[in-house]
Amino acid sequence: MDYNRLIGGAAGQGMDTLAAILERVLKRKGFEIFTIRDYMSRVRGGHNFIQVRFGQKALNSHRDNLDGIIALNEETVRIHRERLSEEGFVICDKEIQFEDKRVLSLPLKETAKSIGNVKAMGSTALGVLFKLFGMDDSLVEDVLNLTFEREDIAKQNFMAITKGFELVESKYESIPLKDQGKILINGNQAIALGALAAGCKFYSAYPMTPSTSIMNYLATKMDEAEIVVEQAEDEIAAINMAIGASYAGVRAMTGTSGGGFALKVEAVGLSGMQEIPLVIAEIQRPGPTTGLPTRTEQADLRFVVSCAPGEFPKMVIALRNPEDAFYQTVRAFNLADKYQMPVILLGDQYLADYTTTTAPFDFGKVEINRYLSNEAYTGDKEYRRYEITENGISPRIIPGKVPGKVVLVDSDEHDESGHITESAEVRVKMNDKRMRKLEQLKTELLEPEFIGGEEFDTLLLAWGSLYGPVKEAVDQLNSSSTKRFAALVFGDIWPLPQKLLTEKAKNAKKIINIEQNATGQLAALIMEETGIKCSRNILKYDGRPISAQEIYTKLKGGM
Amino acid sequence: MGECKFCTSETAWCPGCGDLNILDALKEALNRLGREPHEVLVVGGIGQAAKTPQYINTNGFCGLHGRAVPPAIAAKIANKDLTVIIDSGDGDTYGEGGNHFIHNIRRNVDITHFVHDNQIYGLTKGQASPTTDVGHVTEVQPDGSINTPMNPLLLALSLGAGFVARAFSGDKEHLVSIMLEAIQFRGYALVDILQPCVSFNKVNTFQWYSKRVYKLDESYPASNRLAAMEKAMEWGERIPLGILYKEEKPTYHDRIPYLKEGPSLIDREVDRKKIVGFMEDFK
Repeated sequence: MDYNRLIGGAAGQGMDTLAAILERVLKRKGFEIFTIRDYMSRVRGGHNFIQVRFGQKALNSHRDNLDGIIALNEETVRIHRERLSEEGFVICDKEIQFEDKRVLSLPLKETAKSIGNVKAMGSTALGVLFKLFGMDDSLVEDVLNLTFEREDIAKQNFMAITKGFELVESKYESIPLKDQGKILINGNQAIALGALAAGCKFYSAYPMTPSTSIMNYLATKMDEAEIVVEQAEDEIAAINMAIGASYAGVRAMTGTSGGGFALKVEAVGLSGMQEIPLVIAEIQRPGPTTGLPTRTEQADLRFVVSCAPGEFPKMVIALRNPEDAFYQTVRAFNLADKYQMPVILLGDQYLADYTTTTAPFDFGKVEINRYLSNEAYTGDKEYRRYEITENGISPRIIPGKVPGKVVLVDSDEHDESGHITESAEVRVKMNDKRMRKLEQLKTELLEPEFIGGEEFDTLLLAWGSLYGPVKEAVDQLNSSSTKRFAALVFGDIWPLPQKLLTEKAKNAKKIINIEQNATGQLAALIMEETGIKCSRNILKYDGRPISAQEIYTKLKGGM
Repeated sequence: MGECKFCTSETAWCPGCGDLNILDALKEALNRLGREPHEVLVVGGIGQAAKTPQYINTNGFCGLHGRAVPPAIAAKIANKDLTVIIDSGDGDTYGEGGNHFIHNIRRNVDITHFVHDNQIYGLTKGQASPTTDVGHVTEVQPDGSINTPMNPLLLALSLGAGFVARAFSGDKEHLVSIMLEAIQFRGYALVDILQPCVSFNKVNTFQWYSKRVYKLDESYPASNRLAAMEKAMEWGERIPLGILYKEEKPTYHDRIPYLKEGPSLIDREVDRKKIVGFMEDFK
């Protein structure tokens, strides 16, 4: 059993703060949380909402039907009432009246005004919500003190909440739980934390929704972690800076969304050609071009996989949830260093912005491997940056750290020492050397995560952030259907891991790809790489995240 | 020059190219400063001038067209012990890289920028560059360039650059003296170096420059920004050479306490305990 609450209003009405308070209080009271944010690309007005789902069991995704609404304006009631269950409720100000017994029109504004701050009206509504749930005001004060910098504002909001308690009677029994010590985090924050854990010391980016919150979090930690976060003049500068910093020896990263990535593409090739480690986060939003800036899509897969002119080794990792985002970011830095190439982390707005409760990240699992050869060259041994080796990986030293040795890197084709060459023979040798790195990389790819049991008829294929909705859908389908479902959800996606896919595809009667794009990009990639064909697809590209319910309905109805 | 520790392979530049003298001057300046090859990083974008890192025995970064500045400043941010020098052309710096040129003056990272300015595109064989004079006929501008040329020195001064100079590849001794000051300057130092392109610029030849250039004398006040702007606007019959403006101001590193003090970023260990502590933000 879980609950799904919506907080809605216009941009600028403080929904983010309200949701943050609600989430934190619920988390500390021991609930599992999954919150999505639906906001328009504007600073004031419009209609924005946040859905906070919570329950006793871990939640993998959002859901569509609601059982409670806090409406900060009338529009919220009109838009979302039809998704509200029969037993549900709407908490709103008494100025908002509907002929609907579920709508509780309460003196929220008046109450907030009586404590001297009409803006605290949302907090009064929160008080009502807590009371309906039979909760007390324990932990609320702590959370408010964390949320508001000013003590007087925290106090005012606490008063507003306790006043809200007086406006209604309890409707439900409270569920006594205990804080499980989990963290409440979104995908972009997890990427940022992963970068810090991996020892990233230089992050340069140009702001672009929905990637900006990576830079925002890192910037708040800049002084404490003693790293550099540089807001570049454009995306091209951002990636070229990251490459320069990485060349000089620090771990470096850049981040953007699809449009910004398009600008960075030439330099992705530079990282490949100069063999300079680089981690790039590409947080997708619907395109083409500006598209829907604040919404979600998975339509950059084929673009990212084949980005930049020429052929060079690169890796693409699709992130599945915040926990995965943390560990894969750390791994991306290690792989980038090991193979001296660009590693692209592919996220999307859904993953970037949803917050969920997850176990604290285990830093015991975090290893930092730089794969440097400084020591080997302190003597007379000749250093060649692009020495031809069996596995294609050449020794890397840090410029300035080995007296007598210099590091020359070039975007032109070059010889072993880094000097420009047009020799046909050297060209082929160098190209082969670079591409050879992929052979070893392929031996350490992570297979997609398999969901379901050994016996199944229908195999679902998905990637990245669809992990949550697909997992929940498979669980539901298998508990209520005689058809047996299983799913493979790809994390490592380029090069494409094929072992588990080939094995599972053999046993499947039907293969269905589920993706948030219009053309079925994963299915096309799989077809191209393996010849495995999907018989049907479920595609969504309206900018809104697909839910487990939607997947469930489509599969159940269409079987 | 004595021991030639910065010398390396032969260049692929035309005989008589201004780049050759600029390269020689750079090697001499580094030698006179007592730098070792591994302590220096020379960065270029794309173009003939941008091949300089290929022809000097230092660390070298030949990047993308127009993008010499971003990796150069980032390398300096990562390792403040490196002497970072950009050698790139007028097309690379002022054209394709114009945005980086502008914004890095605002950053004031302690690097040196030598722009080999021959007022023409050499590598792509003779099209107009941002500094090509109006009326200059090329294959792509058959009726003469119609666009107002950019004045890089005036632009740099207007943006608050702390070191702005002009030199001429034909006067090597003077060029070396300016390079020495530019490299030692704390902060971003721009030196626009006029040079002939013997193959593709038949207007602004060695003789053309030689006839016009003159050196600023000791009476010139290099700390007066307005005077410098006035000098920067002098072009045509007489072209001033020398340090137009020099005034130290806080560098990028000076503004970030942990970059200013203590070891370079590359020499810092990751404080894992601190980062584990960041998880408290999410509890």
